[in-house]
Amino acid sequence: MGAGAGNRAKTLIVSLVVVLANVCGNFLMGWGLKHGPPLTASPLSYLRVMFDPFVAAGVLLLIFWLLSRITLLSRADLSFVLPVTASGYVLSVMTGWLFLGEYVSPSRWTGTVLILLGTLLVGGTPPRSDR
Amino acid sequence: MNPWLLVGVIVATTAAGDLLQSREMKRHGEIHDFRISRWGRIAAGLASRRFMILAVFFMAISFFAFLTLLSKTGLSFAVPATAASYVVETALARWLLKERVSFHRWAGACLVAAGVALLAL
Repeated sequence: MGAGAGNRAKTLIVSLVVVLANVCGNFLMGWGLKHGPPLTASPLSYLRVMFDPFVAAGVLLLIFWLLSRITLLSRADLSFVLPVTASGYVLSVMTGWLFLGEYVSPSRWTGTVLILLGTLLVGGTPPRSDR
Repeated sequence: MNPWLLVGVIVATTAAGDLLQSREMKRHGEIHDFRISRWGRIAAGLASRRFMILAVFFMAISFFAFLTLLSKTGLSFAVPATAASYVVETALARWLLKERVSFHRWAGACLVAAGVALLAL
């Protein structure tokens, strides 16, 4: 494997870590908000929600997501990072459907497939356009 | 609050945060060392940069707006609806960050936009 291919493989692995951290973080927050105390306009309500174990775990994962995403942005263009990490939306819809019992209409399924195709298309381009 | 107004706030603040982050990371240079122990040092270095602080501020607004949206709608609406920021940001990356956006990248962004439009139906 050449240096360029190795570098590209590393960038794609970091992309995968970014996507998984985001999906798991959002899922845990969604679970915590659905099963925890209701959220109101009061700042105290936000603080109480933050101490819910699922929301707290979700926040920790989203901090990890932020750090891994910064790493990815140091290695790839923003116009590469955005569509590639959009695959997380597809996984989020699937986790909402599978684990939270949310209804997903056929048009939403079609939308998620289009997002996935966009991700695959951009994933095939070089991560950095200035090389 | 209207969920679509919240989506607008999330898209605008996410775009601002991402553009500022990307600009700073382009200036910082590529991160090669993936050890967790190194991340504290990198984060401390980045925390002293003005644009990175501003990026985190925008991301915080985006986060709390997202939390509110998530509590008002389902996960399968809240997460895909905010994907509109991906299309706006691709155009801004071309315009403000001077990235060379190839045909494949534009096509990918358009597919994501079409996907978002379908999700909103």
